[in-house]
Amino acid sequence: MSEVPKELRYLESHEWVRNEGDGTATIGITDHAQDSLGDVVYVELPEVGAVLAAGEESAVVESVKAASDIFAPVSGEVIAINEQLEDEPETVNNSPYGDGWFYRVKMSDPSELEDLLDADGYREVAADE
Amino acid sequence: MGNRTPLYTSHLDLGGKMVDFGGWDMPLHYGSQLQEHQAVRADCGMFDVSHMRVVDIAGPGAEAYLRHLLANDVARAAPGKALYSAMLNESGGIVDDLIVYVLAEGDYRLVVNCATGASDIAWMRGHSPGFAVEITPRPELAIVAIQGPGALARVQQVVCDAARAAVAAMPVFGCAQVGRWTLARTGYTGEDGVEIILPGDQCPDLWQRLLAVDVPPVGLGARDTLRLEAGLNLYGNEMDATVSPLEANLGWTLAWDPPERDFIGRAALEEQRRRGVGHKLVGLVTRERAVLRAHQVVRLPGLAATGEITSGTFSPTLGMPIAMARVPVAAASEAVVEIRGRDIPVQIVKPCFVRHGQGLPGLAG
Repeated sequence: MSEVPKELRYLESHEWVRNEGDGTATIGITDHAQDSLGDVVYVELPEVGAVLAAGEESAVVESVKAASDIFAPVSGEVIAINEQLEDEPETVNNSPYGDGWFYRVKMSDPSELEDLLDADGYREVAADE
Repeated sequence: MGNRTPLYTSHLDLGGKMVDFGGWDMPLHYGSQLQEHQAVRADCGMFDVSHMRVVDIAGPGAEAYLRHLLANDVARAAPGKALYSAMLNESGGIVDDLIVYVLAEGDYRLVVNCATGASDIAWMRGHSPGFAVEITPRPELAIVAIQGPGALARVQQVVCDAARAAVAAMPVFGCAQVGRWTLARTGYTGEDGVEIILPGDQCPDLWQRLLAVDVPPVGLGARDTLRLEAGLNLYGNEMDATVSPLEANLGWTLAWDPPERDFIGRAALEEQRRRGVGHKLVGLVTRERAVLRAHQVVRLPGLAATGEITSGTFSPTLGMPIAMARVPVAAASEAVVEIRGRDIPVQIVKPCFVRHGQGLPGLAG
């Protein structure tokens, strides 16, 4: 059974988002997603300064198996990206909720978080796959 | 539930991620395909390839039969040697590729691909009338491949004395029958190694002994990336019944001499050789950060005709994407592959990327 941290919010498309409590949020992909993808070889991140709308394609993760689009769970401006993933893409597999984070945004509308799946909701989605 | 090899429960115990492979439940990997690949290049690893089909061909007419059936010539391989060959149809297309282990005079053991196994046996039987030969499928046999620079030493640690002596004396592409086991110095990774064909009920014990001397299990995912790095074809990708060996980089497996040897497909191949074929199989590499994959279209500068990638992956040894592609013969040194709306520039190279565990010069990223 894959790990689904209680304090995060989720998209059905297997992204997680962490509210940092200071108006910013961190985004990544779930343990279920990294396990399905297999060994990650490339991660294409948004540019710092890019403005994302919730639901928009924001990044791409490519594994040996397939390339997958990563959708923005919340709207906002990208303030940081995880440059470690360029040279160490396997970090996504090894630490999907920790060092394998993708990017951080300054949220333009924090209330969007409430529309997302909580841990129980996501666990059901992942179980069905 | 698909077919299962004698090692099925062991794969589960080892954390194997099981997938369907041609109707068989096989391990794709045991945690990390990349790590398993690297283990084989650096030291060794072992593969359960019992889904592949063993067929014994024996009798006073066996040599003549195989010299008619196969495009390569078994007369070139003495007992104790193995031979890689294509099996062609009358149009010169490839029915399957296979290895023949010459165990003794008139006594051959063939290993054919899993997906084509049943149709291969029907094909072989269909072409046997008139030859004094017995065709005996051996579904009760399992196959374990131990590959890597450290493979021979590890195998010698776990097998009986006679097998150990046989392996110690075995040249590359050699084979030996020891009791009910066939041991061969063949493989599908580009590394040194041994393949062991043995009764299925003895296979779990061999596997456990190899685990006990720290031979890691390696799944089919890494098997594919290893063979692609080594420039080895995969039936169904680089070739099928519509593809000539002359367009699949297999010209070297055709034994044209003696001219009187009438193997199936010879006439069609001679015509192709005379007229020239339209495509060739090449290698592709790129420094761009996008994995090359089968069926992606290859565009050549100045040519209207396009090519197609037959196999592609991220090469763990080179650290960059590699592929094999069928392209028009006029293709030179550069091409473009369209991936998700982007034009990715690629270099055309010989279809072999790694030798002796190292990237070939000029390819290393």
